[in-house]
Amino acid sequence: MKKFLAMLLALVMVLSLAACGGSKTEAPAETEKPTETEQTEEPASDVKIGLICVHDENSGYDAAHIDGLKTACEALGIDVASQVIMKYNIPEDETCYDTAVDLAEEGCGIIFSDSYGHQSHMQQAAEEYPDVTFVACTGDLAAGSGLDNYKNMFPYTYESRYVSGVVAGMKLKELMDAGTVTDPYVGYVGAFPYAEVVCGYTAFLLGIQSIVPEAHMDVQYTNSWYDPTAEGEAANALMSRGCVIIGQHADSTGAPSAVQAAVDAGTVAYSVGYNIDMLSVAPTAALTSAQNNWSVLYQHMLEKLIAGEEVPADFACGYADGAVMISTLGESCAEGTQEAVDAAWAGIKDGSLKVFDTSKFTCQPSTDGSYEVDADGHVTSAFGLDTNGDWVNDAGEAIEDGAFVESVLRSAPYFALRIDGITELN
Amino acid sequence: MSSVKQHKEPLLRIAKRDGISRSKAYAIRIVAVILSLVISGIFIFAVTKLNPIQVYEAMFNGAFGSSRRSWVTIRDTMTLLCIGVGLAPAFKMKFWNIGAEGQVLIGGIMTAGLMRAYGNSIPTPVLLVIMAAASLLGGCVWGVIPAAFKAKWNTNETLFTLMMNYVAIQLTSYCVALWENPFGSNTVGQINQQTKGGWFPALFGQTYALNVIIVLALTIGMFLYLKYSKQGYEITVVGDSENTARYAGINVKKVTIRTMAISGAICGLAGFIAVAGASHTISTSTAGGRGFTAIIVAWLAQFNTFVMVLISLLLVFLQKGAIQIASQFNLNDYASNVITGIILFFILGSEFFINYRVILRSGKEGEAK
Repeated sequence: MKKFLAMLLALVMVLSLAACGGSKTEAPAETEKPTETEQTEEPASDVKIGLICVHDENSGYDAAHIDGLKTACEALGIDVASQVIMKYNIPEDETCYDTAVDLAEEGCGIIFSDSYGHQSHMQQAAEEYPDVTFVACTGDLAAGSGLDNYKNMFPYTYESRYVSGVVAGMKLKELMDAGTVTDPYVGYVGAFPYAEVVCGYTAFLLGIQSIVPEAHMDVQYTNSWYDPTAEGEAANALMSRGCVIIGQHADSTGAPSAVQAAVDAGTVAYSVGYNIDMLSVAPTAALTSAQNNWSVLYQHMLEKLIAGEEVPADFACGYADGAVMISTLGESCAEGTQEAVDAAWAGIKDGSLKVFDTSKFTCQPSTDGSYEVDADGHVTSAFGLDTNGDWVNDAGEAIEDGAFVESVLRSAPYFALRIDGITELN
Repeated sequence: MSSVKQHKEPLLRIAKRDGISRSKAYAIRIVAVILSLVISGIFIFAVTKLNPIQVYEAMFNGAFGSSRRSWVTIRDTMTLLCIGVGLAPAFKMKFWNIGAEGQVLIGGIMTAGLMRAYGNSIPTPVLLVIMAAASLLGGCVWGVIPAAFKAKWNTNETLFTLMMNYVAIQLTSYCVALWENPFGSNTVGQINQQTKGGWFPALFGQTYALNVIIVLALTIGMFLYLKYSKQGYEITVVGDSENTARYAGINVKKVTIRTMAISGAICGLAGFIAVAGASHTISTSTAGGRGFTAIIVAWLAQFNTFVMVLISLLLVFLQKGAIQIASQFNLNDYASNVITGIILFFILGSEFFINYRVILRSGKEGEAK
């Protein structure tokens, strides 16, 4: 019986905890409001900012966000230690909602999340806290949500992918001129078959083809954004098929490390990374990495919000604003690479170079009606967005002036055309 | 006795206790918890030079710092507890049900599918009953399959239930691909976000009150079932000795299948609570390893469902505290895993001292520590 009493006591403890939790619920909701109404008039130095990260600083992708927000805050005179709350390792489930709401209750006026799968949980929090601004980076639901306080943002990553492709193309050309390589065979380690990834590898191959037009590419998916082992294995599989350039859209150093190991063993192969400079893990194999400079986007968003200006539901910008770049060129890069890179950047900046120029690639005729091609296979018309999968265009025409316009109809990429010359292996 | 003693007595001897008073057992457990806190405090200070008291304060703050945090902690405790309660009868019968993860997922799939299909056409209270029934049934089937094979062909239930998890995970992946929203995203997103059709309604002004009510009712029910019902007695006998059970005229096969049906069904219901009462979405991480963590809950509590409340609360508390100290002190996952490890080690270790006593060479009986 004594045992039973002890258990009962435990139960009462838990229940009383629940009860005391219940009695307090009204209080935070009330204290919340003044913070929000002040938000627009507040000087830059008072706003509190939250950041929800899917991993922690050990992942290159999250590190780019963490550093980006810190840099933006420093530029705006916001004290990172006292005004920014970062939450790490928040999975893409209700934990994200709990965390977002928790940050709002802690007085954050602006809350960012960095992973795609966070978005619907951010939206739920945005509905409940209309005075707090929620920004789901890389998300694509804000425009359709009908909420004024829910935003998406994404840099023009495809620009940096194209230019990193130019770097790879220069190397490929050098290898072919020297006779070391006869087949311009490129491999790509992709995370998921999403538009974001498709857009990236297509831009990458188009960059390579601007130097070596006959280059072709195989894509191996890992079905994970961060899996060092799977990324390394995918790179090895691609190299064993004969790929000499390994690009990647996944967040770890798995692929560059695998390429470096192969190079050390005598294979001819080079790696083009993503997010972070890969020279530390692949000193002779890494050529460069396509990078996002998130601080530009964070700073833009924070400036507007703090000033109380209207911010569109989608925000995207690219090289012209400094939001994308490539990392330092590795020692293995071909001669003249820097000049080719500078020319590509200049073309992108002044608009003379369009990454998705329809005259530069061909597609097989569409089976689902989402795009149209002419007799040569050049795309003449394509869906902007098809958000619900009913194969009906939900936004504007994507082909404009002979090029596919990416990240304009919304910030998140929507280029999902499968162009000739690219094979998806799985 | 000294004349008989020929050889040198070992420094330490360990003997099984005949019995221990309840107060003494609890004293040992409390000492273990305090010691674990001291040891992890030393670890924290040695590695990070942070004040351990502040770190503990932050952990507490992360789990109970505001009413919302308390409720989230309670909600997650309830889900974990529900799975633990589901596992209790199976483990008490010595049927190694490693398949809770899959049973939870099947319950989750049933719930999410119905929520998508009927969330906006059937009134929520009715739909909740339908979803609960479907998830009970789904989990039940997932539990009965290995039980039936065990009863009929004496297959190994550990491997069988474990493998059933992978089938459930693949099924979940398939459903996620089928139900993805927005199209092409490979995530289901929150179901019925606008209408909240099929979501647990707030009771007494509390969003998660229903979670607490359902799980506590199950906790009390399972306690009574195991302790006072005839079926509960049968489970105990089968668990202790199948031959004894057979001799006493208990139909072991029937008890095995019936118990696993109950175990699986309750785990399936945990999937219903996780989907309709918390995440409102489905993914392969809906169970999130809780099917395995609940095994620790069930064993540590020695199948006493009320003790499970405390164990679940402790585990969820540690997890919530970990998120807070990561944010506040930049201590990442590994640091909090070490703290959790130290605390669990001491709690498990304390059971040793409750069951055995240590005798020092001098003949003086050393106390538990």
